[in-house]
Amino acid sequence: MRSGLGGVDSVLLIGGSSEIGVAIIEAMAPRQRIVLAGRPSGELDAAAARLATLAPRVDTVDFDALDLDSHGRTLAGIFGDGDIDVVVIAAGVLGDQTVFETDPRAAIEMTRVTYTGAASAALHGAALLRRQGHGHLVILSSVAADRPRPANFVYGSAKSGLDALGRGLSQALTGTGVDVTVVRPGFVRTRMTRGLTEAPLSTDADVVAAITARAVRKRQRIAYAPAPLKYVMGVIKALPEPIFRRLPLS
Amino acid sequence: MRTSLTGWGRSTHSVADVVPVNDTGEVVELVQSAPERGILARGMGRSYGDAASNGGGIVIDTAALNDVTVDGTTVRVGAGVVLADLIDELLRRGLFVPVTPGTSQVTVAGLVATDVHGKNHHVDGSWGHHVTSIDIVDGTGALRTLTPDDADPDDFWASVAGMGLTGVITSVTFTAIEVPSAHMRVTTTPFRDLDDLMQAMREADRGARYSVAWIDSVGLTGPLGRGIMSTAEHAAAPVHGAHAAPKPRARPSIPDIVPSGVLSRLSVGAFNEMWWRVSGRPRTDAIESIGSYFHPLDGVADWNRIYGRAGMVQYQFVVPDDASEVIGIALNRLRDAHAPSFLTVLKRFGPGNRAPLSFPMPGWTLALDLPAGNPRLPATLADLDSIVLDAGGRHYLAKDAHMDADAVRRGYPRLGEWRMVRDRMDPRGVFHSDLDRRLALRAPADR
Ligand SMILES: Cc1cc2nc3c(=O)[nH]c(=O)nc-3n(C[C@H](O)[C@H](O)[C@H](O)COP(=O)(O)OP(=O)(O)OC[C@H]3O[C@@H](n4cnc5c(N)ncnc54)[C@H](O)[C@@H]3O)c2cc1C
Ligand SMILES: NC(=O)c1ccc[n+]([C@@H]2O[C@H](COP(=O)([O-])OP(=O)(O)OC[C@H]3O[C@@H](n4cnc5c(N)ncnc54)[C@H](OP(=O)(O)O)[C@@H]3O)[C@@H](O)[C@H]2O)c1
Repeated sequence: MRSGLGGVDSVLLIGGSSEIGVAIIEAMAPRQRIVLAGRPSGELDAAAARLATLAPRVDTVDFDALDLDSHGRTLAGIFGDGDIDVVVIAAGVLGDQTVFETDPRAAIEMTRVTYTGAASAALHGAALLRRQGHGHLVILSSVAADRPRPANFVYGSAKSGLDALGRGLSQALTGTGVDVTVVRPGFVRTRMTRGLTEAPLSTDADVVAAITARAVRKRQRIAYAPAPLKYVMGVIKALPEPIFRRLPLS
Repeated sequence: MRTSLTGWGRSTHSVADVVPVNDTGEVVELVQSAPERGILARGMGRSYGDAASNGGGIVIDTAALNDVTVDGTTVRVGAGVVLADLIDELLRRGLFVPVTPGTSQVTVAGLVATDVHGKNHHVDGSWGHHVTSIDIVDGTGALRTLTPDDADPDDFWASVAGMGLTGVITSVTFTAIEVPSAHMRVTTTPFRDLDDLMQAMREADRGARYSVAWIDSVGLTGPLGRGIMSTAEHAAAPVHGAHAAPKPRARPSIPDIVPSGVLSRLSVGAFNEMWWRVSGRPRTDAIESIGSYFHPLDGVADWNRIYGRAGMVQYQFVVPDDASEVIGIALNRLRDAHAPSFLTVLKRFGPGNRAPLSFPMPGWTLALDLPAGNPRLPATLADLDSIVLDAGGRHYLAKDAHMDADAVRRGYPRLGEWRMVRDRMDPRGVFHSDLDRRLALRAPADR
C-alpha cells in the first residue's frame, strides 16, 4: 500500500533490466518488494543485484514481451504474491530506422515488442490493479510519440499507439482507484541510445526517474523528461508541416 | 457499490465495494461468502489513514446497526451508533460516555476497535477499560459474545484496538458515567515555555479529571512550544439557562477544492497566533457546554479539506515519562522541516490496558496535523519514528498513514501474541484492510 505521504511499498518493472526502469525504482525506493520481470540475462541479474539493498524482497521473474500468451499468468502470479503499488512498463526496443525502411519485417518485429508486448502487459497490469482497488500504472512512451519525423517514425508509431493506450486507460480507470502516468522522455543516455548522436535536451535515466516518481506522487497523467520538453514539444506539435519539414530533426 | 474511500486525512485512497448491512444475519452471510480481497467494517471513517479501507474488497457500512438500550448505567448500543447521538441520549438521563475523542462524529464500534483515549486517560483509561462485553462476528461466521474476563478474554482484548481485523463488532455494552450537568468547568492557563507547561501537566495528573494542552508549533511571535493547558471537571449543578444537550447548528463548511498551497507556514502560523491570543487568556472555572469543550472542531464541517489535494497526515506518538525530551525534539524537527502543524495537542497518559495493540502507555502523547504534500515530511517523520521507537514509544494506528512494518513491530512488542489470536479468530483470512497490508500485520513477526 502506498503511504499517505506518497511512499511506495512495492514496484513491478516490466522490462526488468531497463536502465530507466531501474532508476525509477531507485527514485521510488519501495519499502517492501521489488519485482523485475524480464528475459533472463546478465543485465537482469545485475539490475537485481543493484537494487538488492533497497527493499527486503527483490525478485526476478521470467517475462518475454513476445510471448503474449504467458502475460496474464505471469502477472497474475506476481500479484497473487502480494499487492503491487506501481507497475512500470519499460520493455521496448528502438531498432534502426534505416533498416526498417528497407526491411518492413524488421519494423514489425520491433513493434511487436514496443507496442504489442508493452500494450499487452499494460492491459493485464491495469486489470490486476483495478481488482486490488488501488495502484499506479506508469507507461514509458517517448517524445517520438508526439509528432512523426523521418529519423524514427516507425518506432514513433509504436510509441504513439502505446501513448494513446495509456491516455485511454487513464480515463477508463477513473474511479477505480488506479491512476496512470504516461512518461514521454526525450533522448536519454542509456544502452538503448548508445552510439547515437545526442539530440538537444539530452538527459540521463536518473532525471527521467525523478520526474516519474514525482508525477506518480502527484498523480499526473502525462510527464515530459526533461521537463522543458513539454513546452518544446508543444511548439513542435503546433508547427505547420512546411516549417516542420525544414527543421534539422531527421 | 464500488466507492472510493479515504481516511479523515484524505491522503490515502482505494476503491472497495461498500455494502450496508441491516442486521447481524447479513454480516454473517457476508463473512461466509467473503471474496478473495476480504471484508472490513467501517464506521464514520474518522481514522486519519487507511485503517477503515479495504481496496478491492468489501467494506461493511454499519450505520443501520443503531439500537440503543440504557439500563441504569449499563448501555448497550449497536456498532454503528454515532457518538454525537449517543451523547444526546445519555445526557438526557444524566449520563455521559466514560471516554470521548476530540470528535463526536465516530461510531461506538470504531471507538472500541481503536481503543480510543480521551482527555481523561490519566484517570479513566481508554475505551477498552469501560466495555463489559461485545458481540462480534468472527472469521468463521460465528456470532460470539466476548467479555474482558470470562468469555474468551484473549479474543476480547485482541478485538479491542483490533482495527477491525478480528471480526465485525455488531454491538457494544459499556458502563456510562453519571454527570450532574451537561456542562464543564474549564480552567485554562497559558505557558510561554514547554518545560513549564509539561511540569504543570504532570502536577495536574493528580488534580484534574480532564487535562490537555494545545501547543503553538510555529511560534510566529513567541517561542516554539508555548502552550495552553486546559483542565476540566464536570460542572456540578445544572447551569442556569443552559440547554440540556448541545443543539445541532448549521455548520459552516470548507469547499471541496482548496489549492494545496493554502496552508503555508505563514497562514498556519497566523492560525496558531490567533489561537494563542483567543484561547490563551487565563480563565478559571469557566462554564462550557460538553459539546464545545470536547468537540470544538465538530462546529466546522469538513475542516480536513483545508489541506487541499495532497491531504494531511496526523502524526501521533507516545513516549514514556523518562523520554519527555522527545516532545521538544519532535517540535523542533518539524519546524526545521517547515512542516507547520495546524493543531498540535499534548496529553498525559496513565496506565494502558490488556489489549496487545492498544496505543496508550504511561507518559506523553503528542499529535500533530501535518500537510502530506510537504516533500521533506517523509525523511523527517522517518527520523522521528526512530527517535520515538528508540525511546520505547510507539505510534497510533488509528491516525497512521506513513509508518512501515518495522515501526509497528518495534512499537508493539505484543504483536506476535495478537497475531496468534487473530489467526485463531479468522483462520481463513477473511478480514483485511489497507493498513493491514501496508504494515504487514498478518505476516509472521520475523520475516
Ligand atoms: C477530529 C478528530 C479528533 C480525534 N480525536 C481523537 C482522540 O482524542 N483520541 C483518540 O483516541 N482518537 C481520536 N480520533 C480518532 C478516532 O476517534 C478513531 O479513529 C475512531 O476509530 C474513529 O471512529 P470511526 O467510527 O470513524 O471509525 P473508522 O475510522 O470508520 O474505523 C476505525 C477502525 O475501526 C474499525 N471498525 C469500525 N467499525 C467496526 C466494527 N463494527 N467492527 C470492527 N471494527 C470496526 C475499522 O475497521 C477501522 O480499523 C480523532 C479523530 C478525528 C477526526
Ligand atoms: N533511452 C531513451 O532515449 C528513451 C527515450 C524515450 C523512451 N524510452 C523508452 O524507455 C523504455 C526503457 O528504455 P531504456 O532507455 O531503459 O533502455 P533499455 O535499458 O534498453 O530498456 C529496454 C528494456 O526492454 C526490454 N526488452 C526488449 N525486448 C524485450 C522482450 N522481447 N521481452 C521483454 N523485455 C524486452 C529490455 O530487456 P533485455 O535486457 O532482455 O533486452 C530492457 O529491459 C523503453 O520503452 C524505451 O523505448 C527510452
